Amino acid sequence: MQAKTLYEKLFESHIVREDAGTYLIYIDRHLVHEVTSPQAFEGLRVNHRPVWRNKSVLAVPDHNVPTTDRSLGISDPISKIQVETLDENCKHFGLTQFPMNDNRQGIVHVIGPEQGSTLPGMTIVCGDSHTSTHGAFGALAMGIGTSEVEHVLATQCLILKKFKTMEVRVEGKLNKGITSKDIALALIGKIGTAGGTGYAIEFTGESIRTLSMESRMTICNMAIEAGARAGMVAVDEVTIAYIENRPFSPKGEAFEKAKVYWKTLHSDKDAKFDKIIKLNGNEILPQVTWGTSPEMVVSIDGMTPDPKKENDLSKRKGIEDALVYMGLEANLPINQISVDKIFIGSCTNSRIEDLREAASILKGKKIAKNIKLALVVPGSGLVKLQAEKEGLDKIFIDAGFEWREPGCSMCLAMNADRLDPGERCASTSNRNFEGRQGQGGRTHLVSPSMAAAASVHGHFVDIRALS
Amino acid sequence: MKSFVTHTGILAPLDRANVDTDAIIPKQFLKSIKKTGFGPHLFDEWRYLDHGEPGMDLTQRVKNPDFVLNQDRYENATILIARENFGCGSSREHAPWAIEDYGFRVILATSFADIFFSNCFKNGLLPIVLSGETIDRLFESTYTNNGYALTIDLENQSITLPSNEKISFQVDTFRKHCLMNGLDDIGLTMQHSESIKAFEKTYYQKNSWLL
Repeated sequence: MQAKTLYEKLFESHIVREDAGTYLIYIDRHLVHEVTSPQAFEGLRVNHRPVWRNKSVLAVPDHNVPTTDRSLGISDPISKIQVETLDENCKHFGLTQFPMNDNRQGIVHVIGPEQGSTLPGMTIVCGDSHTSTHGAFGALAMGIGTSEVEHVLATQCLILKKFKTMEVRVEGKLNKGITSKDIALALIGKIGTAGGTGYAIEFTGESIRTLSMESRMTICNMAIEAGARAGMVAVDEVTIAYIENRPFSPKGEAFEKAKVYWKTLHSDKDAKFDKIIKLNGNEILPQVTWGTSPEMVVSIDGMTPDPKKENDLSKRKGIEDALVYMGLEANLPINQISVDKIFIGSCTNSRIEDLREAASILKGKKIAKNIKLALVVPGSGLVKLQAEKEGLDKIFIDAGFEWREPGCSMCLAMNADRLDPGERCASTSNRNFEGRQGQGGRTHLVSPSMAAAASVHGHFVDIRALS
Repeated sequence: MKSFVTHTGILAPLDRANVDTDAIIPKQFLKSIKKTGFGPHLFDEWRYLDHGEPGMDLTQRVKNPDFVLNQDRYENATILIARENFGCGSSREHAPWAIEDYGFRVILATSFADIFFSNCFKNGLLPIVLSGETIDRLFESTYTNNGYALTIDLENQSITLPSNEKISFQVDTFRKHCLMNGLDDIGLTMQHSESIKAFEKTYYQKNSWLL
């Protein structure tokens, strides 16, 4: 039998039909949130179409829910309508939803895996680009637009072309304090934000195999920032141990049967990838973005670039524009950049391990005087409860952080959590685009421990140098 | 969906790489539960100097005179030209909705992000990938000639320049067919509902834990 990549196995097992290279692909899980679904449900209603398989849908409001006291509801009337529209649509079409005040509510990409709703071998879609997160489970997961949300609701299928395959092999051991966020940013720095366009990425190698499931989710989450619609990691014992006994995961005999199949979800030894990128895990240092695209990134011991050294005129202009927007000089050492706000959260880094990592830096410390606001926004109600059980909330609060309710929050600033013009933020989120965290706001992407360390020192520091 | 056969229009040059969907339509406008009305907020943070919020009186807003779409010569542009990786970032379909609602029918760039590219075709918008050299040349011609216009012929996959020179472009056959006929994907897939049911039968027998 021909050797296959993991992507090929996942894709081929879901082909309903093919017509000249255009495939109809069956979808197992459809995650839905309030922002990209209302127009899709409206389309179903107008055309009198039912949802093909209600059971495949898990819905949750996350993008514009408030992270402060929710007992008063949502004060922004437009956000309120959008969240209520999701409630109504789920009721009308008979879909499972964790509403805003359910303690299982949270960021869609945190709750899917947490509930065991994300399983190996599945095709998973959501009207959100960070759906690539779920690929960490040996699943084919990708973000889709609203027309496609409607298409999947109505037909359980998606019309797709095959992607090319890219192996990102990270060999060697990671140094202490280096996280999968740093690997992801280092990769994007190397191949650029369009480097993965048209590809499905599989992350392999020793550094990846030693990562926890949560860390694998972080790196797959960032695959889209490298341009790849899907990122994935092969199934191993770590995957299977994570899934066991989750509310939606199969139990008993069904679990045993599934396990046999799940263990085949890896690329065959002789499988051919269209492209291979190699990184040495041992050489990766803590990463900090300096500009307005995730590819504008350097190590903590680096400096902002000098546009004069760039010969390509278009790239030079890009660097100049980014430095102006970010309010930074060329050749400025990264550890001299001070910050105004700290955001620990988002579908990239808001899980319990992320909070533990940040708390371990903050224990017994206080945030620096120049920090105007430091936020921790847990990824879900259950992550929040677990953190409180471990006393992490107290560490954050004692350090001067605000301990908030779960949601997307300041990753995209659709709710009240945002940067004011000119404010600079150390953020564990995934995008540093202009205005992403608030108009005129300046975002530096980092790992949770780097964000925590920046909060204590008031500027970026090398966490490897901290005792 | 509006069908697309041929289109003639003026180019507007957006001389940037990595134009992300947050820039195309900022987050505060995603709270709408409708598909229409995003055009006035296309590129909101670049187009206006004040902060935009949904429902604002547009006549009171402060336009950024330096932004390309605010310049008289590009006022009636219906073809947008940009650099590489156009439409990167968020999957929000509000981005092509805004571009289409503003009045654009075609986007020319050296490359597009995958999700955005796919979203365009669902909304009667034609994204065309051209070589860096061609894009450079079209930018140059747009800057030097007032009212520089092209004719896009989807059926023949060709772009006609004012000089009558023709440039050919690639487009996926299925997407071309849908766009030319204004076809709704869902209707097409529904014609295969028996195949989907047959697939499900075998699939769930094999993967019974998913039931």
